[in-house]
Amino acid sequence: MSTERILLEHGGGGLLSHELVTEVFLPLFSNACLDRLEDSAVVTLEGRKFCFTTDSYVIDPIFFPGGNIGSLAVHGTINDLSVCGGIPLMLSAGFILEEGFPMEDLKQITRSMAEAAKTAGVSIVTGDTKVVARGAADGLFINTSGIGMIEYPQPLSVDSIQPGDAVLVSGTLGDHGATVLCRRRELGLSSGIRSDSAPLNGLISSILAASQHIHCMRDPTRGGLGAILAEIAGQSGFSITIQESELPVRDEVKGVCEILGFDPFFLANEGKVAVFCAPADADRILATLRNHEYGRDAKIIGSVGERNGGGLIMQTIIGGSRVVDLPLGELVPRIC
Amino acid sequence: MKFIDEYRDPELVRKLLNAVNVLAEKIGRPITLMEICGTHTHAIGRFGIRRLLPGSIRLISGPGCPVCVTSISDVDRALYLAERPNVIFATFGDMLRIPGTGGRSLQQIRAAGADVRILSSPLDGLSIAEENPTREVVFLGIGFETTAPTVASTLRSARRKGLKNFSLFSVHKTVPPAIQSLLDDPGLDIDGFICPGHVSVITGGEAYRLIPEAGRAAVITGFEPVDMVDGILLSLQQILEKRYAVAIQYARGVTQGGNLRARQTMAEVFEPGDADWRGLGVIPGSGLFIRKEYESMNALNRFPLPEIHSAEFEGCRCGEILRGAMSPPECRLFRKACTPVNPVGPCMVSSEGTCAAYLRYEA
Repeated sequence: MSTERILLEHGGGGLLSHELVTEVFLPLFSNACLDRLEDSAVVTLEGRKFCFTTDSYVIDPIFFPGGNIGSLAVHGTINDLSVCGGIPLMLSAGFILEEGFPMEDLKQITRSMAEAAKTAGVSIVTGDTKVVARGAADGLFINTSGIGMIEYPQPLSVDSIQPGDAVLVSGTLGDHGATVLCRRRELGLSSGIRSDSAPLNGLISSILAASQHIHCMRDPTRGGLGAILAEIAGQSGFSITIQESELPVRDEVKGVCEILGFDPFFLANEGKVAVFCAPADADRILATLRNHEYGRDAKIIGSVGERNGGGLIMQTIIGGSRVVDLPLGELVPRIC
Repeated sequence: MKFIDEYRDPELVRKLLNAVNVLAEKIGRPITLMEICGTHTHAIGRFGIRRLLPGSIRLISGPGCPVCVTSISDVDRALYLAERPNVIFATFGDMLRIPGTGGRSLQQIRAAGADVRILSSPLDGLSIAEENPTREVVFLGIGFETTAPTVASTLRSARRKGLKNFSLFSVHKTVPPAIQSLLDDPGLDIDGFICPGHVSVITGGEAYRLIPEAGRAAVITGFEPVDMVDGILLSLQQILEKRYAVAIQYARGVTQGGNLRARQTMAEVFEPGDADWRGLGVIPGSGLFIRKEYESMNALNRFPLPEIHSAEFEGCRCGEILRGAMSPPECRLFRKACTPVNPVGPCMVSSEGTCAAYLRYEA
């Protein structure tokens, strides 16, 4: 590791997070399942395929337009299962509460979790609660894990990506990231942006039913679409070309990004999926996505090229091109 | 989106590029243009502009990233201040990862326990001071004419509010003296300058008269692709006709006279002095130092600094890169020992840094 202590950037989903996982955790935990580094572990039990995932939620602010930490914790885990082709079956919920946290807030968050789980058709079947002294946590943290059952016959994985594959995204980029940025006190920006936090299991089952040629899916959360595409390009060795002009971004999000110097391509989403599929099926999958309430703004944004280690290439709106690298991690506004 | 899309119109960019090609051919020799501002460097990379230009036009980056030109001794002083007990150290985000002597950064000392906060507006520093009356808030003011007026006005507000626990460490600098220092360098081979857009909103076009007087093109340019290519085109026109003047391409933001009120605010709080620029050395009259009238709010007076022995990193060529004398891939550390994760020099740290922009967009 290049640093002696954990930096905030180690949690940012960028290069430093990658370094943390591959240099600290992977060498010691290594096994065939984990080494794939997919959103969920895929395991076969008695001839049936299941997926298993876990995620911790530490968002600040706890409440934000479009949701709160509770609905986010349920949606996030459902989405991690769904992008691996899993039909979410059950979740666990672990709470770390800080002494003094308002009971009313906890109830509201719990209600949101129950609603989110009900809407998605998933049960929370086990849980755990710990309370720590004031100052030892920031309000509350939630961990959720989930198990899903996989019925899709083809393996959904980076390894399944083929040259020529189409790349789709299910809707506008950066809504969640921009919402959270605006809510952070120090920015003092007000905008009509809402988080896109949503359960994607319905949307994803509809496209899995529509095509037998979906090769890989990811939910572009932390680090945004840019981070997951750069990561996939790195892992697969394929060059991936994205058309900047096709990236769907809301005007409000674009505006916030212009003011603060962020790129929506690297802002978090909590209700979007990126899909790699055979080019012949791209239009059908696009139509299916657009038919669903969470996929109205879906677009075909690019394609997979040769396996030449070319990385992620952005064709810019004015016809130039550039290489896109994994972002570093911590999002900081630029000076001028 | 209005005010953005029209400046990213691919058709218009294509037309302007055609005109650039025609002029470049007429000029018939290699042309070097320097973009002074880091945001221009970033825009050139982000939109892939370099690859769209004819081969005879070379764009080099100048000393216009405030983080990059901050001397290592100023970084060390900032680290010292941030580590004082009871201090809340506040600054803009780009300073977080800049390495001081031995590679220490604000980010690292924050992980080790220092209270370092990232602000988007210096005025937020005043609220932090009000909310923490028993602690000392030190703001590191950094940037050119774009940020200096807001920081000056923050200091004025702090005094008006009678805040006793807010102080400023100013490493603010001004752009025209740095251009003068570049023009004075006999080894510098530059045909024209793409002058900064936002700095010029404050300074006005007048501030760059020294460039045409030295027989070089000067075009104040905006940050969108249409602006950038148009700015290059206007520079080529001046070079072809050998008629040099300060042209304002970024007319929707910049006037010849600039923003007088902002300059007055700056002048009330700051006075010019000799400042040490990384890569350029000491440039007379280029620093903005806190005036006597505001002395009590100068962090350097409030916290007596010991003598700090600062040392540049071995092999780091940021100095040459900031003067445009070298391009990032020519540095032996680039991409090998020096990466965004483990930056050796400042040009790799800031998102506006030349090396970071090269690695991110053009490598």
